[in-house]
Amino acid sequence: MTLRSFIRHETFLAILLVLALFVLSWQSDRFFTVANLLNQGRLMTETGLIAIAMTFVIATGGIDLSVGSILGLTAILTGVFWKNLGVPLPAAAVAAIAVGTFAGYVNGLIITRFRVPALIATLATLALYRGLAEGVSQARSVRGYPDWFYVLGQGEVLGVPTQLWILLIAAVVAAVILAYTRWGRTTYAIGSNEVAARFSGLSVEGTKLALYTMSGFAAAVAAVIFVSRVSTTRSDMGSGIELDAITAVVLGGTSIFGGRGTVLGTVLGLCLIQALKNGLSLAGVKGDGTIMLIGIVLILAVLASAIFERSGTR
Amino acid sequence: MAMSGVDLPPVRPQTSLQRPGFLRRLMADYGQELIVLLAIVVLFVAVTAVNPRFISANNLTSIFSGNAYIAVAAIGMAMVIITGNIDVSIGALIGVLATISGTLAVAGYPIWVAWFFPVLVGMAINGLIGILVAYFRIPSIVVTLGALSILRGGLISVTGGTWISDLPPAFLIAQQKWLGLPVPLVAMIVLTVLAALWMRYSAFGRSLYAVGGNPEAAVATGIPIERRIVAVFILNGFFAGLATILFATQLQVIQSTVPPNLELTIIMAAVIGGVSILGGSGTVIGSTLAAILFATIGSALIFVNVSAYWLRAVIGLLILATVLADMLRRRRTV
Repeated sequence: MTLRSFIRHETFLAILLVLALFVLSWQSDRFFTVANLLNQGRLMTETGLIAIAMTFVIATGGIDLSVGSILGLTAILTGVFWKNLGVPLPAAAVAAIAVGTFAGYVNGLIITRFRVPALIATLATLALYRGLAEGVSQARSVRGYPDWFYVLGQGEVLGVPTQLWILLIAAVVAAVILAYTRWGRTTYAIGSNEVAARFSGLSVEGTKLALYTMSGFAAAVAAVIFVSRVSTTRSDMGSGIELDAITAVVLGGTSIFGGRGTVLGTVLGLCLIQALKNGLSLAGVKGDGTIMLIGIVLILAVLASAIFERSGTR
Repeated sequence: MAMSGVDLPPVRPQTSLQRPGFLRRLMADYGQELIVLLAIVVLFVAVTAVNPRFISANNLTSIFSGNAYIAVAAIGMAMVIITGNIDVSIGALIGVLATISGTLAVAGYPIWVAWFFPVLVGMAINGLIGILVAYFRIPSIVVTLGALSILRGGLISVTGGTWISDLPPAFLIAQQKWLGLPVPLVAMIVLTVLAALWMRYSAFGRSLYAVGGNPEAAVATGIPIERRIVAVFILNGFFAGLATILFATQLQVIQSTVPPNLELTIIMAAVIGGVSILGGSGTVIGSTLAAILFATIGSALIFVNVSAYWLRAVIGLLILATVLADMLRRRRTV
């Protein structure tokens, strides 16, 4: 894979995105307004944070299906630590994020120490973490957070939604790490050829452990933003978000077999999906119809790249 | 590595001369299956000791009949996983097929059409999935994740999650008995035995193991891998369709939504029954036993008064423990 093929995929995506924006703004005059676009950015953040971490995980040839459950568990714990245990809210949120990060670390341990395939390991913890969220919450939601907490999910900084800044910073930092650091190169090396990476003296297990921990951390931070945005915690929060994140990553050009992918691609994939979702809902299609669309987009995106790959570079 | 370049003496030649004992062969071929069976027996004894009502006829019927559809679906899933693939859309597929089945039954179509038309639909949908996996080389996890959201989203946007009621009594075959035994139980046993024999003794069955165990070797022996993968997905759709008949006819109503986490339960039944997620090994006897084990665990937790809210956490923990134990066992034997 040369640099040229990277650029090609992302240029292709960018053109598709511009095209989608153009069609959607022509369809509805409510679409291409600053207020609507910023609001879409707000809605995109939780999936975005998870998808950025997922880019690394998938680039190693792995997958993390448990992120939605980690999100649910962290959200529930934030509420329970604060309301039921009387911990001050900032400390409660930090403690909950710590547990979510630990959940990701446990995924990493199961995958690296016990050599359980990532798909099965995170499918099992998907059930476990969601079960824990249900058990801890006892089906009760926690509401009534102090006003300052809502700044994170509903407020603005310098005219831009607070969480969009977080997403932006996360994207830039992740893009630099993946493209320019030893850690990023190791990620690609594991995805291309894990055995060769190990024989080259790269820390395969350590890197994977760190990446799954990061994935848990991203899901946990997304959880706190989610709670702040919707003002409540429920144990079913974030279910299915892993699908949105994986779709964005794969649409962004990251190979599901690993070894290839960029953060920029993921962010473009995210924007494209969010624009389509928003455009469809403005056109009167209900939420469930957009789930269907994501599935179709996912399959078509991979199909297109599979056909390209066979006829082109190889 | 360890055996580099040195002429190694032949390892224990006498094993090829004398056949190992029946018990040892049983352990070698069905080790995981026996462990699962043992777990079921232990669980039954332990829970019955705490609460004798556990072994009442009513509860046994609900454990076996109420979950037979999971075992039937797990047969197809086991075959898919044996070829080294996976299907995460099966829960959504069963939800869609059940809705089609119920709609046909209520609309006055002959009962057998309502039962078997969805089976054909399931085979067609999975045939398409198989083609995308085999000929377009898209990983099955991606195709079926996409199929999952298409089926789930499509189902809810078409039906709005309404319930189908007023089903004709003759349609409800899962509530009927055959020779004094509940139909789902008979179906589960018959299908498992037939599928197990077929997988073990037919050329087609053996070729599925070859496809999953070592695709390159399979190609070299002349097995058409692509056609086998399409076939195995169609079979998976077939078993999902049969599972749907049992699932859709067990209550007086059909809730036209996707049963939550059904795909997870079915995949885990196959994996815990001894099917290696890496492909190439496992049996459908194991997947059926594991499905029974899950049903027993679910029922047992209620009988020993575990709060319903913790049920999924405990099941999740048990699943994880079994996966880890399985992985440790595999590493020791390899």
